[in-house]
Amino acid sequence: MQTSTLLLVIAVLAVLAYGLGRQRSIQLVGGPSQIKHLHSLPNYYGLMAAAWAILPGFILLAVWVFLEERIIIQGLMNSLPDSYGQLGSPQMNLTLAKIQNISSGSLSASADPQLTAAAELLQQLRDRSQLFKVILTIGTTLVGALIGWVMTRPALRARPQFEFVLKSLLLLCSTIAIFTTVGIILSVLFESIRFFQAIPFFDFVFGLQWSPQIAIRADQVGSSGAFGAIPLFVGTLMIAAIALIVAVPIGLMSAVYLAEYAKPRVRNIIKPLLEVLAGIPTVVYGFFAALTMGPLVRDFFQGIGFDGVSAESALAAGLVMGIMIIPFVSSLSDDVINAVPNSLRDGSYGLGATRSETIRQVVFPAALPGIMGGILLAASRAIGETMIVVMAAGLAANLTANPLEAVTTVTVQIATLLVGDQEFDSPKTLSAFALGLMLFFTTLLLNIVAMAIVKRFREQYD
Amino acid sequence: MTEQKLDAIERLASVKQDRLNAKLKSRYARERRFQAYGIASIAAGLGFLVILLTTIFSQGLSAFWTTYVELEVTYDPQVLYIDDATDADQLRLADYGGVVREALLSRFPDVSGRQATRELTSLVSNSAEYRVRERLIANPELLGQSERLWVLADDDLDLLRKGIIDRELPESERRISDQELSWIDSWNEAGELKRRFNTVFFTNGDSRDPETAGIWGAVVGSFYTLVVTLLLSFPIGVAAAIYLEEFAPKNRLTDIIEVNINNLAAVPSIVFGLLGLAVFINFFGLPRSAPVVGGLVLTLMTLPTIIISARSAIRAVPPSIREAATGLGASKMQVTLHHVLPLAMPGMLTGTIIGMAQALGETAPLLMIGMVAFIVDIPGGFTDPSTVLPVQVYLWSDSPERAFIAKTSGAIMVLLGFLAVMNLLAVFLRKKFERRW
Repeated sequence: MQTSTLLLVIAVLAVLAYGLGRQRSIQLVGGPSQIKHLHSLPNYYGLMAAAWAILPGFILLAVWVFLEERIIIQGLMNSLPDSYGQLGSPQMNLTLAKIQNISSGSLSASADPQLTAAAELLQQLRDRSQLFKVILTIGTTLVGALIGWVMTRPALRARPQFEFVLKSLLLLCSTIAIFTTVGIILSVLFESIRFFQAIPFFDFVFGLQWSPQIAIRADQVGSSGAFGAIPLFVGTLMIAAIALIVAVPIGLMSAVYLAEYAKPRVRNIIKPLLEVLAGIPTVVYGFFAALTMGPLVRDFFQGIGFDGVSAESALAAGLVMGIMIIPFVSSLSDDVINAVPNSLRDGSYGLGATRSETIRQVVFPAALPGIMGGILLAASRAIGETMIVVMAAGLAANLTANPLEAVTTVTVQIATLLVGDQEFDSPKTLSAFALGLMLFFTTLLLNIVAMAIVKRFREQYD
Repeated sequence: MTEQKLDAIERLASVKQDRLNAKLKSRYARERRFQAYGIASIAAGLGFLVILLTTIFSQGLSAFWTTYVELEVTYDPQVLYIDDATDADQLRLADYGGVVREALLSRFPDVSGRQATRELTSLVSNSAEYRVRERLIANPELLGQSERLWVLADDDLDLLRKGIIDRELPESERRISDQELSWIDSWNEAGELKRRFNTVFFTNGDSRDPETAGIWGAVVGSFYTLVVTLLLSFPIGVAAAIYLEEFAPKNRLTDIIEVNINNLAAVPSIVFGLLGLAVFINFFGLPRSAPVVGGLVLTLMTLPTIIISARSAIRAVPPSIREAATGLGASKMQVTLHHVLPLAMPGMLTGTIIGMAQALGETAPLLMIGMVAFIVDIPGGFTDPSTVLPVQVYLWSDSPERAFIAKTSGAIMVLLGFLAVMNLLAVFLRKKFERRW
């Protein structure tokens, strides 16, 4: 029986338990006219019985499915003599794949009788596990339903109990955010630690050369692999800086105009239109950067006499990324400018200042912390952006300050290192996780600082 | 006070007035300049939007049309190597490429030699023989007869007809040779070339041949992925929002949850891809390239968006509702589920749709979990290997063939179309159900 079928069976049993529990509660007090003698409404008795049926069975099934394959493989490996390699070794994995292929019939029984026997054992273990899974899950559900049925008494505090169950489920859902963060940290941290065992941390952070290709065979001609991340950091920062140079003035001035000058009707049209820029998928920007902006930038700079401008330049990627983050800057600054109290403006007008003088000398200084926070958030967005740079910035890790050259970024390297075949024992693959760790903590830091600034700014005028 | 003194004061005042007036002019000029900067910035922002969309649309429109060639196809048993039309195996394995070649050669009888024949056959799509095959398998009685059949033209011919390949270029710089041009012109004069709506683009999966490549596989992949995302993120997001707004006590745990949600909303999407790779694929052993894993990753990514918007929807329900329900004897849970939740639902749905639109456009984390494979088949379930629309855009944009540029832009137009519909739906919901208390 498939896991999905089992889930369905549990659900059906739970519905039955609901009906039975509800009916029993009514029966116990002697018919629908007497339900005033129940502690809770009959529905809650039914729901409580259903909860008894569903929860234990479901938890058991989840644990079973999660552990099933591991335990089977463990048992299988223990049955094999040591000559087939240690558990977890590449040789063992090969043997395992062979056994699995034999048992699924895609590989005809091989000459090795031990493997054939192991394949039979595997099949046997799987069948047994399957059988026990079905019996135990349905059994637990039935026992749960029975408990729910027996517990149904007029004095049972069914509503508070059921509400407690529901509240616990709600709490569980809200803790997923914590689990996600922990999951992110653990998944990048573990692989990073393995990476730093092969490559010293300071070589990684301060190294000036990045070429993650590693010779697979000892006699192969090729690079030995260099994991100095400075060129990536420089490339990332350069592109982010170009993006901010584009986005901050445009975004800020748009926000000022919309907040201070524009009539409400104009504002209601322009603002959503500008926000369309934020809704366009990044892959579309990437396509635009690679196909239109890149050649445009190259032709322009070649036209005015620069040599060797590549179509994949930091400038093209940065410009397009700047366009993308205009709405972030403008909507964040808009919030902040609107939060500056009108009394400040009125005071300034009263002293005879013009509107632009008020904005420049009163509103800006007052809103500055909030605007800085917004810019930091936009910077973190620019650093973490992937598709534009993957498609338009190139792969060559040049350590250069020239924005017309191709550079590469942290996100580009993560994406290219992990797309395609991966070997989790080579520094090449693991380095992507080390870069991910750097990226996660940099953006985390930027976000925390930015949010703290914005929060303090808000409190100032509340 | 003497006359003299008064005069001096008056003079001083008028000098100051002059100075102020002189300055006023420049101050007003600055005011106008400042406003002009604002207008210029908005114009720049909107200008970029217009340029972006017109570039994509002008390139992509041609992807919705394609060229067909009419061929006089003879189902010759000798060419097909079929001696028994009732034998399904023979029908399946027959040499349909030969039939197409014969059809082309009989249309241009003066073509001879390997090179010329190859050039001629390269003008129709590889899919032509499958078209012929389908035709014959469906109607075995056609064997030995001939009929006129419209088949897909090759992408180069299509590009020439659309004017993307310039026929004025010298032959060496053109993808189509002079001889091929003469054949195409001959077809053109005989009315055997036709422009049709490109249904192939909407019904096929990916392909290495631009003329037979379509987005349907990616659309279906996106659909499965979004279904998983929606089924998980909506209930979890709403549940989390309810807990945090209505039940959460003010304590350490609640603070940690809040900080985490806010941070996760700003974590780069590619980091979620790393999480998906390390946890779902390596640790839990879920299949690569599958919509399930894509859906799980996108769920984690969109949850903060949904939770934040659902919370503000709950907060917008006035306390009077809660107080009235409590006053009538409802428990806290009953107040929330029976009164607050239905009233907050439109706002939650709006936030969810916006979150789904975000998930639909996301590419980077899906690259990590292997949804970038070249997949021809249309995925049939949640665990089949598949790609999604934005990843298809990425894959095609990398292709060297010129014809894929139009395809990429066409796929982007479809993607933007879906996003526009979702966002308009969200706006509509908000306008329709928005309540001012």
